[in-house]
Amino acid sequence: MEGDVHGAHGAFEPFLPGLVILLPLVGFLLNGALALAAGRRSAEAVRQGREPDFMHGHERPLTHRLPTWIGPGVVGLAFVVALINFVRMMGADLHEPVIRTYWTWMATGSLKVEAAIQLDQLSMVMMLVVTGVGFLIHVFSVGYMGEDPGYPRYFAYLNLFVFFMLILVMGASFPVLFVGWEGVGFCSYILIGYWFTDREKADAGKKAFIVNRIGDFGFLVAMFLLYTTFGTLNFVEIFDQAPSVLVYGGGLVTAVTLLLLLGATGKSAQIPLYVWLPDAMAGPTPVSALIHAATMVTAGVYMVARTSVLFALAPAGSLAVALIGAATALFAATIGLAQYDIKRVLAYSTISQLGYMFVGVGVGAYAAGIFHLMTHAFFKALLFLGSGAVIHAMHHALHHTHSQADPQDMRNMGGLRKFMPITWIVMWVATLAIAGIWPFAGFFSKDEIIWYAGARAEGPYGQWYTLIWVACLAAAMLTAIYMTRLMVMTFHGRNRTGEKEAHHLHEAPPVMWVPLVVLAVLSVFGGWVNVPQAIQESFLGGFGLLPMAEWLHHWLHPVTGPAEEILTRYAGGFAHHAPFGGGELLWAVLSTSAALAVVLVSARVVSGIAYKPAHEDVEPTGLRRVLYRKYYVDELYDALVVRPVVRLSRFAWKIVDQGIVDGVANGLGYLARAFGWIATLFQTGSVNTYAFFLVVGVLVVLWRVAF
Amino acid sequence: MHGFLAALGYEGWILHALLWLPLVGMLSVLLAPSSRAKYLALGWSLLILVLSLGLWWAFDPATGNFQMYSSRPWIRPWGVNYAVAVDGISLFMVLLTTFTTVVAILGSFNYIKKYEKAFYALMLLMETGVIGVFVAVDLFLFYVFWEITLVPMYFVIGVWGGERRIYSAVKFFLFTAFGSLLMLVALLYLYFQARAATGVASFAYADLMQVTLSLREQMWLFAAFCLAFAIKVPVFPFHTWLPDAHVEAPTPGSVILAAVLLKMGTYGFLRFLLPFFPEAAQHPTVVTLMMILGIIGIVYTAWVAAVQPDAKKLVAYTSVAHMGFVVLGIFAMTVNGLQGGLVVMISHGISTGALFLLLGMLYERRHTRLIEDFGGIGRVTPWLATAFLITALTSIGLPGTSGFIGEFLSLVGTFEARPVMGIIAASGVIFAAYYMLPMVQKVFFNALEKKENREMDDLSPREIAILGPMVALMIWIGFHPTPFLSRMEASVVTVLERVQGVRANLPAPFGALGGVHGDGGEVVGYGDPQDAELSAVAEPQLSENHVPRGDEE
Repeated sequence: MEGDVHGAHGAFEPFLPGLVILLPLVGFLLNGALALAAGRRSAEAVRQGREPDFMHGHERPLTHRLPTWIGPGVVGLAFVVALINFVRMMGADLHEPVIRTYWTWMATGSLKVEAAIQLDQLSMVMMLVVTGVGFLIHVFSVGYMGEDPGYPRYFAYLNLFVFFMLILVMGASFPVLFVGWEGVGFCSYILIGYWFTDREKADAGKKAFIVNRIGDFGFLVAMFLLYTTFGTLNFVEIFDQAPSVLVYGGGLVTAVTLLLLLGATGKSAQIPLYVWLPDAMAGPTPVSALIHAATMVTAGVYMVARTSVLFALAPAGSLAVALIGAATALFAATIGLAQYDIKRVLAYSTISQLGYMFVGVGVGAYAAGIFHLMTHAFFKALLFLGSGAVIHAMHHALHHTHSQADPQDMRNMGGLRKFMPITWIVMWVATLAIAGIWPFAGFFSKDEIIWYAGARAEGPYGQWYTLIWVACLAAAMLTAIYMTRLMVMTFHGRNRTGEKEAHHLHEAPPVMWVPLVVLAVLSVFGGWVNVPQAIQESFLGGFGLLPMAEWLHHWLHPVTGPAEEILTRYAGGFAHHAPFGGGELLWAVLSTSAALAVVLVSARVVSGIAYKPAHEDVEPTGLRRVLYRKYYVDELYDALVVRPVVRLSRFAWKIVDQGIVDGVANGLGYLARAFGWIATLFQTGSVNTYAFFLVVGVLVVLWRVAF
Repeated sequence: MHGFLAALGYEGWILHALLWLPLVGMLSVLLAPSSRAKYLALGWSLLILVLSLGLWWAFDPATGNFQMYSSRPWIRPWGVNYAVAVDGISLFMVLLTTFTTVVAILGSFNYIKKYEKAFYALMLLMETGVIGVFVAVDLFLFYVFWEITLVPMYFVIGVWGGERRIYSAVKFFLFTAFGSLLMLVALLYLYFQARAATGVASFAYADLMQVTLSLREQMWLFAAFCLAFAIKVPVFPFHTWLPDAHVEAPTPGSVILAAVLLKMGTYGFLRFLLPFFPEAAQHPTVVTLMMILGIIGIVYTAWVAAVQPDAKKLVAYTSVAHMGFVVLGIFAMTVNGLQGGLVVMISHGISTGALFLLLGMLYERRHTRLIEDFGGIGRVTPWLATAFLITALTSIGLPGTSGFIGEFLSLVGTFEARPVMGIIAASGVIFAAYYMLPMVQKVFFNALEKKENREMDDLSPREIAILGPMVALMIWIGFHPTPFLSRMEASVVTVLERVQGVRANLPAPFGALGGVHGDGGEVVGYGDPQDAELSAVAEPQLSENHVPRGDEE
C-alpha cells in the first residue's frame, strides 16, 4: 500500500527501511548470545566465591571484545540507512506517508493489525535522532562500561532498546506503536536495574515499570475507544476519518486524548506519573542519557505529535497537555534547584524540559514540540554523558583511595575543570543551550514553544494559556539557575574531592570525549534548522544569514498540517503578539538577555557559597529542605497509594480469600461430612472408594459395549 | 504437507490414535521395568506429540464445522456413541495437551523419585482423558473422559505431593466432583428431554443442541453446567481449591493442571454452555454476573497473588487472574473476545506451565518455594533467570509475547460489548506488574547473600530442552499469531452464530451448528445419513469421516 506520491521531485523510494529496525535486533541477538555465554562463565566464578573478572590478567575474552563492534556498529549502520532514506525523502515530494507492510500481525473479526511501518517526515526525524544520538551514546558506552563484567549483556539490552524505540517511532498503527511503547519500558526496566544485585537499583527499575503500566492502561483504553469508533487502529485511516467522524470538542475525542495523555505522562515522566524518572538514575549513566533523556522519555511528545489530529479536535485535551506540561516544567525545575546528586539535577531538568515539549504539542505548535525534542536530545544527552565522564573520573579517583564518598554528589566535586577541560567546555555549551542563550540550539526551540504558548492567549481558554506562558518563562529562568549551579559546583571553585583523591582525577578517554564533542557541535548548530522567520531576518539571525529558516516546520508540515488546519478553523490559529504585547523578536531578545543575566548572577552567587563535602554537610532546612526532599511526593504516594494497596491485598488474602471464601467452602465440606457420616453406614465415604467405583463403573460399561 | 497427510489417511485415524496411544503407552510403562518408565513415557508422549502436529496442516481453517468426525455406536440402547471430531476451538487444546504432556514428563525426571511406573502411567492416562474431553462430540463420552481426568490428578497430588497433599487432593476432588455431578444431572435432563421430543435416544452433541428449552429450563441447566465448568476454570469464588492443589502438587502435576485441566472449564463454556443455552447465556443479568466474576478474578486475585510469600501459590493465583480474561472474552460474545479468550488459554497454558516448571527447577535446587529464601540468584543462574523473566513478561502480557495478544483481543472484545467492564478489566495490566515484578526481583535480583543460593546450578541441557520450545512459542505467538487466529476464527464465528441466532432462519440445529456446506446451502447434520451424502458430494474430503450417527445404522 504505497502512499499517493506525486509532484515535481518524483516519488519517494524508501531504501530498505526495515533494515533500520532489523539491524539493532540482529545486534541484540548477537550480543545476547555472547551475554548468555559470558553469564555462564561469571556464574561459575560466583559459585566458586570469586568475583567474575574478564578484564585483568590476560586478554579480554571474545565475549567482551565483540560487543564493542557489534553494539555501536549495528546502530551506526541503522543511522546510515536512515540517513539514506532521509536524503531520498528530501529529494522527493512526499505528502502522504509511505506504508511498508511486512506481515499480518493480528487479524480476527473486523480487527486487522498489520506489522507495518510508516515512513513520513515525522518518523524520519525520530529515526535520525534515535539512531544518531543512539550511536554516539553506544560509542561512549564502550569507554564507560568497558570494565563492567556484564559488558555484552549491557550492549544486548541497549540494542534491544533501540530496536523497540524504532518500532515505536516507525509503527504505522496504535498497536504497533504500543509494542515499541511497552518494549522500551521493559528495556528501561532492565537497564535501570542493570546492576541488579543492588536492591535500590532493582527497586528503581521495578518502580519505573509499574508506574509506566499505569500510563499504559490509559493508552490501552484509548485504543479500545478508537477501535470501536473507527473499526481500525491504523494511523492513516483514523487520521483521515477523524475530522468527519469525531465532533470537535466532543466527549469521545476528549476522552481519547485524555487517556492518551495519561499514557504520555507515564512514559514522558509528567505530573502525576513523573516519580519514576529521578529514581531511574540508578541505571548506568549512558542509559540515562539515551533512554531517560534523549529518546524514550520523549515518546509521549512524539505520540501527541503523531496523533495531533485527535488533539487538535479536542481543545480541552490539548489544554490539559499544555497545562500538565507547564506545571511539570515549573515544578520539576524548583526541585532541581536543591539537589546535590549531579544526575538527579539532570533528571529533574529532563522532566522540566519534557514539560516544555508538552506545552509545545499542547498549544498546537507540534513542530516546535518536536524541534525541542530534537535539540533537547542533543544537549541533554551531552549533559548526561558529560556527567557520566565526571562520575567515571570521580569513581576512579575514589576507588583508588578506597574512599566511600559518593562519586555523584556535587558537594564532593568542585574545580574539576582543571582535570577535565574538554568535558568542562562541552558541558558549558550544553548548559548555555538548555538555558536558552542565543545562538545555542535550546534558545530557538524553547523560545518557539514559549512564543506559541503566549500566542494562544486570545483564543479559547485564553487565560489558561496566559498562565502557561508565564509558567514557561519562570521555568526558563529557573533552568538557568539550576544549570549554572550544577556547572559551578562541579567544575569551578576549589576542589572538594580530597587531597589524595584529586591526584587520580583525569579527563575521559577519547572514545568518551569524541561523542561529547560531536554532541556539543549539534547543541550549537542543531537549533538552526528551525529559526523563526522573524528572528532569522533580524540581527539575531544575522539579517538573514542563518540558513534554513523554519525548515523543520515546513518539513513536518505534511504530518502536522491537518491538525494545524483544524486549529485554524476552530480555534483561530495563533496571535502575532504575546499576551502583554510585543512581537516574537522582542520577547526572544528579552528572554535570552534575562537568561544570560540569570546565568551570570547565579554563577556569582553560587561561587560565593562555601560548600562542604557531602559527609560534612547537614541536611538543609526550611523551604530548601522541602525542595531537597522533592515536596515529599514519594512519601505522599507511598502513604496514599502504595501502602493502602498492599494493605488491601493482605486483607483480600487473609480475610476474604482464606477467611470467607475458603471458609464457606470448607464449612460446606464439614456440613457434607456430617451428612456423610450417615452415608458411611453404607459406604466408606472416602474419596478413594469413590474413585474406585468410578473406574469400575467405566470398565463395566466398556465391557458391556465390547461384548 | 497436506497431500502427504492425506496419502496417509491421517484424518481418518489421527483422533483415535491420539486417544488410545497414551493408553498403549501406559500399559507398556506398567509392564516395563521401573528404571525404564520415564524414558518409555517420554517416548510415547513424544510420538503422540509428533503425530498430533499433523493436525496443524490437516485442519481446514475455512470451515467452522467439526472435522475428522468419526463415530461408532457404543451403548446402543442409550444412544451413546463413541464420536470424536475437532474444530478450531478444540484443535489447539489438543495440541496444547500433547505438547504439555511431553514437557511435564520431561520435567518430572528428577522430581519424581518414588513409584515411577505408577506416576508415568497416570500421566499418560491423563493425556487420554484430557484429549478425550476435547475431541468428544457425544456428551456421554465427554462426561466419561471428564471424570477420568479427575482420577490421575487426584493421585498425582495425593501420592507425589507435598506435606498437605491429602487435604489438597481431597479438596480438589470434592470441588470438581461436586460440579461434575450437577453437570451429570443437567445432562441427563437434557437427554431425556431430547428423547421425549424426538423419540430417539441420543447423546450426540448435535442432537442435544436441538432440544427446545424454555428460558426457565435454560437458566437452571445453564446454572448446573456453568457451576461445573466454573469450578474447573476456576472462577471466583470457586477458586480456593486451586492454590492448595498447586502448592501441594508435584511440578508435573501443577503443569498439567494449569496448562490443560483448567482449560477444560473454559472449553466447556465455549463448547456446551453457550451453544446449548444461548438465551440464558445472553441474558443481560447472566452476562453481567459472569463478567463481574471474571473481573473479580482479574483484579482481586492479582492483589491476593501480590502478597503471597510462596512463589508457587503466587503463580497459582495468577492463573485465576488469567482465566478471568478468558471468562470475560467468552461472555463478551464478540469475535475478538472469543478469539482473545482462546489465545489466553493457549498462552496461559504455555507461560504458566513454564512458570511452574521454572519454580520446580528452583525447588529441586533449593527445596523451598518461599520467595524470601531466594535473592540475587540471577548471578549464578543467568539462563534460568532469563527464561524466567521472559516467561514472567509473557504472563503479564508484554507486547511481543503471546500473553499480549490474548489479553489485548479479549479486552477489545469485552470493550466492544461492555465498555465499562473492559475498562475495569484493563486495569489488570497494572496489577499484573504489581504481582509479578516484585517476585522476580526478590528471587533473581537483590543481593546474593545466602550461601545455599550461591551454590545453585544453572539450567541443565534437559531443562534447556524443556524451556527452549516454550519460550520460542511465547515469542512466536506474540509476533505472529495469525496462523492460530485464522484456524480458530471460523469455529468461533460458528459458536457466535449459534448463540446470537444470526442464522435463526435456517433449520435448527444444524444451521446453527454450522453444518452448512458450500454455496448451495445444503443443510448437513451429523445425524442424517442423507445429508451426510449431500456433504460427501459437496466436500469429498470430509466425507470419509462423515460417518452417520450410530443409533440409526
